[in-house]
Amino acid sequence: MSHLLDRLRFLRKKQGTFAGGHGETRRESRDWEDGYRQRWQHDKVVRSTHGVNCTGSCSWKIYVKNGLITWETQQTDYPRTRPDLPNHEPRGCPRGASYSWYIYSANRLKYPTVRKRLLKLWREARATLEPVEAWASIVENPEKAKAYKSVRGQGGFVRSSWDEVNEIIAASNTYTIKQYGPDRVVGFSPIPAMSMVSYAAGARYLSLIGGACLSFYDWYCDLPPASPMTWGEQTDVPEAADWYNANYIIAWGSNVPQTRTPDAHFFTEVRYKGTKTVAVTPDYAEVAKLCDQWMNPKQGTDAALAMAMGHVVLKEFHVDNPSEYFTDYCRRYSDMPFLVQLDRRDDGQYAAGRFLRASDFDANLGQDNNPEWKTVAFDEASGRFVVPNGSIGFRWGEKGKWNIEAKEGGEGQETQLKLSLLDDHDEVVPVGFPYFGGVENEYFQDNKIADVVHHNLPAKRIRLADGSESLVVTVYDLMLANYGIDRGLGGDYVASSYDDNAPYTPAWQERITGVDRKVVERIAREFADTANKTRGRSMIIVGAGMNHWYHMDSNYRGLINLLVLCGCVGQTGGGWAHYVGQEKLRPQCGWLPLAFALDWQRPPRHMNGTSFFYNHSSQWRYEKLEAQEILSPLADKSKWTGSLIDYNVRAERMGWLPSCPQLGSNPLEVVRKAEQAGRNPAEYVVEQLKNGTLRFAAEDPDNPQNFPRNMFVWRSNLLGSSGKGHEYMLKYLLGTNHSVLGEDLGATGGKKPEEVVWHDKAPEGKVDLLVTLDFRMSTTCLYSDIVLPTATWYEKDDLNTSDMHPFIHPLSAATDPAWEARSDWDIYKGIAKKFSEVCVGHLGVEKDLVTLPLQHDTPAELAQPFGVQDWKKGECEPVPGKTMPSLAVVERDYPNTYARFTSVGPLLESAGNGGKGISWDTKTEVELLKKLNWTHVDEGESKGRARIETAIDAAEMILALAPETNGQVAVKAWEALGEATGLDHTHLAEPKEEEKIRFRDVQAQPRKIISSPTWSGLEDEHVSYNAGYTNVHELIPWRTLTGRQQFYQDHQWMRDLGESLLVYRPPINTKSVHPIMNRKSNGNPEIALNWITPHQKWGIHSTYSDNLLMLTLSRGGPIIWMSEGDAEKIGVEDNDWVEIFNTNGTIAARAVVSQRVNEGMTMMYHAQERIVNVPGAETSGTRGGIHNSVTRVCPKPTHMIGGYAQQSYGFNYYGTVGSNRDEFVVVRKMKNIDWLDGEGHDYVQEAVK
Amino acid sequence: MSYINDLLFGVYPYIAGATFLIASWIRYDREQFTWRASSSQMLSSKGFRRASVLFHVGVLFIFFGHLVGLLTPHWVYEPFISSGNKQLLAILSGGAAGIACWVGAFLLLRRRLGDARVRATSTKADIFILVLLFVQVTLGLLTIPFSLGHLDGSVMLKLAAWAQSLATLQSGAAAHIADVSLIYKLHILVGLTMFIVFPFTRMVHIWSVPVKYFGRSYQVVRTR
Repeated sequence: MSHLLDRLRFLRKKQGTFAGGHGETRRESRDWEDGYRQRWQHDKVVRSTHGVNCTGSCSWKIYVKNGLITWETQQTDYPRTRPDLPNHEPRGCPRGASYSWYIYSANRLKYPTVRKRLLKLWREARATLEPVEAWASIVENPEKAKAYKSVRGQGGFVRSSWDEVNEIIAASNTYTIKQYGPDRVVGFSPIPAMSMVSYAAGARYLSLIGGACLSFYDWYCDLPPASPMTWGEQTDVPEAADWYNANYIIAWGSNVPQTRTPDAHFFTEVRYKGTKTVAVTPDYAEVAKLCDQWMNPKQGTDAALAMAMGHVVLKEFHVDNPSEYFTDYCRRYSDMPFLVQLDRRDDGQYAAGRFLRASDFDANLGQDNNPEWKTVAFDEASGRFVVPNGSIGFRWGEKGKWNIEAKEGGEGQETQLKLSLLDDHDEVVPVGFPYFGGVENEYFQDNKIADVVHHNLPAKRIRLADGSESLVVTVYDLMLANYGIDRGLGGDYVASSYDDNAPYTPAWQERITGVDRKVVERIAREFADTANKTRGRSMIIVGAGMNHWYHMDSNYRGLINLLVLCGCVGQTGGGWAHYVGQEKLRPQCGWLPLAFALDWQRPPRHMNGTSFFYNHSSQWRYEKLEAQEILSPLADKSKWTGSLIDYNVRAERMGWLPSCPQLGSNPLEVVRKAEQAGRNPAEYVVEQLKNGTLRFAAEDPDNPQNFPRNMFVWRSNLLGSSGKGHEYMLKYLLGTNHSVLGEDLGATGGKKPEEVVWHDKAPEGKVDLLVTLDFRMSTTCLYSDIVLPTATWYEKDDLNTSDMHPFIHPLSAATDPAWEARSDWDIYKGIAKKFSEVCVGHLGVEKDLVTLPLQHDTPAELAQPFGVQDWKKGECEPVPGKTMPSLAVVERDYPNTYARFTSVGPLLESAGNGGKGISWDTKTEVELLKKLNWTHVDEGESKGRARIETAIDAAEMILALAPETNGQVAVKAWEALGEATGLDHTHLAEPKEEEKIRFRDVQAQPRKIISSPTWSGLEDEHVSYNAGYTNVHELIPWRTLTGRQQFYQDHQWMRDLGESLLVYRPPINTKSVHPIMNRKSNGNPEIALNWITPHQKWGIHSTYSDNLLMLTLSRGGPIIWMSEGDAEKIGVEDNDWVEIFNTNGTIAARAVVSQRVNEGMTMMYHAQERIVNVPGAETSGTRGGIHNSVTRVCPKPTHMIGGYAQQSYGFNYYGTVGSNRDEFVVVRKMKNIDWLDGEGHDYVQEAVK
Repeated sequence: MSYINDLLFGVYPYIAGATFLIASWIRYDREQFTWRASSSQMLSSKGFRRASVLFHVGVLFIFFGHLVGLLTPHWVYEPFISSGNKQLLAILSGGAAGIACWVGAFLLLRRRLGDARVRATSTKADIFILVLLFVQVTLGLLTIPFSLGHLDGSVMLKLAAWAQSLATLQSGAAAHIADVSLIYKLHILVGLTMFIVFPFTRMVHIWSVPVKYFGRSYQVVRTR
């Protein structure tokens, strides 16, 4: 009753003694014990996970007590695996375990807030004007606009209300659409799989109003273009459990225990089975301790190591003592037997050209459908040239032969394709191969041999349809020659032993990578030997690091080639395990209609992020890399003039890449004018483009008509994390404080672009309104105009999937969002509602002209079979969908935006659903949704349609429509694929046909998804998920030109850059150190180091790097890692403040001096927030900087290729990527530690003695 | 003047005493988790033991000295010691303990304000109570010169009469000390104030001094 009164009963307390008086029994209050009990008591436990880009998708118990979220622990109720396989759980890591800290922390966003200066202007204008006019009065007044744009990033937020912020956003969107065009409204949100409903919320709103969604995977440089090149697949990988099936694992640039923490147990468990593990990392990364062997090539030279390993494998397992398994695998599943034409060069020698096609032969070798897209091989059995099934020409326009059975595509006779022409050739001719190992780079060791290395190849001479003669060789023979294998035919630099310094022997790589040649030889042999004995159970786990180099294709193709040569891809326990942030969106086909409003109107607007930011943050104005520097010595240099942005512009014009904004004027206006002129809008636009009246917006990105005026960022910390060229974005997109130290091409007198209008004075502050949704005050929020508080991952209902395990997992609202926060779904619903009201009188039912690039997995990928032709240069006619983007008129009903947002539209019933090139009828599923979610009853556009009011309604839409979560759809999808392949695949889904996974099911327990043709592996009770499994075992072609895994890339631009076959290329010179090193001394010595930005231990990107618990485990603020040697050279001791800078910007951080790091490089863990414990950088005087403050995007032309089979655009599938590891920085000890806060904590750091 | 004197030394003591007891009870019943000494020894131990022991030994001696000295009726000790001698004993022993306590309090205060880690974790109440204690010990030591001016024990008897009147609930307690020096009055006022703030600070740990620990059985179990 009362603690005090209880204690006063001391006379009756003693109840007796025991143990001879040593012990006593008392009766006294035990209420105090409740304190300990209550510590772990809770009212409920809810299942949720973390919607963060770690691919973990771990199941967590979220505890709620007295209405508050208190803590989380790991769930342990995953469905069991098979008897011979360890279970998945427990999954989780310290980062996830500390998440609940955020919810009630000071950093939590609690109310909708607006930049004060903007809000003041708004309220003044709103006093007399209606919303849209009020917005116009602010942004069209240069002084007013500058007033709020110039203080972005400097705090100054005031609290507003949802009504008010929604009105500002709606007014801004309406004005921008009306004045400049809907494609001037853009949104950036990454990785749908993290929280797919939240992604869909914003994307659905943007798609309905005609805004553009920016891609992330390429922008983050997590997209390895080598994967689409080789497989026609963005990325598909084995689940972590499949590691346990491997017998040899190389962890190549993947720090498994640190960045794949919840999966790492499989890596250690499999070692108990005797699996050998090898680590390949330049630094002594944590994964090395889990491995039997550590190889440390110099950073950025992995391709050289991989090529030397390939050399050993080819020599020993393909030539000297051929493995029957490898040979058979390569014949059936790779492009090795296919024939490539040789182009005769002026010097009488040859270079490899394009694939031989059926159309090159008389009567197209019997193929009337797409003969120019059917590749040709030589059949040993019949002794004739045949067109094998499965090349991409069979995919479109006909049915039943798009498979990779060993049959020819005419009569269907069995074939035995010839790999080498060595024993059956007409001539032996010298063929030149570009060699880049001798390219000089100040900081990397070259190995000079010759620019072009010639090898003698066996060739057949054939007569073509046009009467000319041509020499053809097989890819197999090209590959062997390229790897420098001696065939007894002679040539330059043919290696007679591994110890010859000839490309690409183990001795050759030793000079470049520093790895002992004997070790390379041994590991390569073991890897291949294991694969040979186990039919492909050798695996390479690879991380993002290697993909962040400019020539990432070489690094990745080096590994991929090894795996294909050893028959590992598509085999259980084998293959390419690339785990880089894609967080596989498993129910993709169910999600697409929701996210991009495909149920209401098609096509949506998509844009590749890298090109967008490169253009609009004016990074191209500082481009120092010239195309000539990266060309093949065999290329025609005269075709490669101009700057890198020119190639992007050409790619957009030719329909290769998307555009945003699309055309140089408002697309609503364009259609209006065409209709006034009584013309078909598409024809009208073609004519206007051709005569130059209308241009692509990309040709003049600095024209105010073409600014991306409104920008939404959600589920992302764009400006605090992966925004390459961060300081350029601050300067040009936002128009605020920045630390760009270099000068643009105008000031340096550099070579200006040919295709792009140059404005001497570049505009700053292009974005009128930046709206960010987040649950914490991130760096991006700090730079935004409006910050909207979202629900945390424990406060909303959503779905989450990963490539690491086969389950679909929920995020669940354990409590309502705290304070005034709302879920992303509710926020965008609110904006849509307000927009529908505000736009009335300005926008009605409008027709919008949308340009659509030549997309992968559509017939448009067959657009440009031969050569590169730009209509603008008069090389061909502009034909939409063929030589330029398709043009589509989309009708938008702006006042009905909200009605459409919240209901399932009619197109699903009339046009069906699908993905990755197949489609199916989905009326049944729409009917199901009407019953599950109920229908709208109010009069209006949505009456009678299935409702999508809540996030759970939206989740049910995804789950009902997706083959992965609805067995009936899966069977339909496999049937649809079967029509193309002519094979029956439905047996893969039929056992689960009646299964329907619903939202409450996954809340009860994560559910394993159903096998679907969207993916190349199986969700099966007998095998773990492994990429390429259905290609190998169901004979479904890879979605490439040949239908096989492609070693050879024959597009003209691939050949011009010397990358049709794998080559080692040293890092590029970004030229950002020399103009500034030793020019702005603070008295301390300086050193130039390679800038490496791996994933961190105490955060997942910027998330958790502001979390007090994680900061406590690390150093409490931003750090870089340096080697002892480099630190000594510049007099830096552990924990000193150092400045890192180059022409792109500046960073202030503390130094961690460690033996772990190699000399010549410094590491800054990716995305440490600039908001915690960051002083000003001396050189610029601006606060700190993030790891991307010293980077700048440098696009690569080969990533712009389009309209060419697997090298065609797809959102987050192909396109320019934002590489950043070739960058160098100057590091020096700081002198003045200035906190820029006037609080008197500034001090001077002791000078280096 | 008499009204103020009555208020401060006749009424205020009861307010202080009642607050001390009732608020302690309420806190003990309602805020068990705040009932603690809030030791900062873990944050900084340098010189802490010396300061803390000096302070605590001093303050304990003084506390019991005041308790016994003020509340023991004159007739109880009269047969054994004269009031003059008793006063001298109090001055000497109390002075020594007072100096120890003052030095301890000074060191603790310096540490609390000067040590960054201790300062950062201190509440306002932590600092206030230490300052108050330091002031009170200083005032106590300052009474010694005055007491040396009248070694006959007359003032001491007045103070004892005041305290005993209060303790025995007799009216007119304040009149006993109406004419003592201001320094005594100040010392008394601050002392009474300490009783008021006592329940709201870490001082409550005094209630829970684990003296029983010395006499308890080796093993104690509780019935259900």
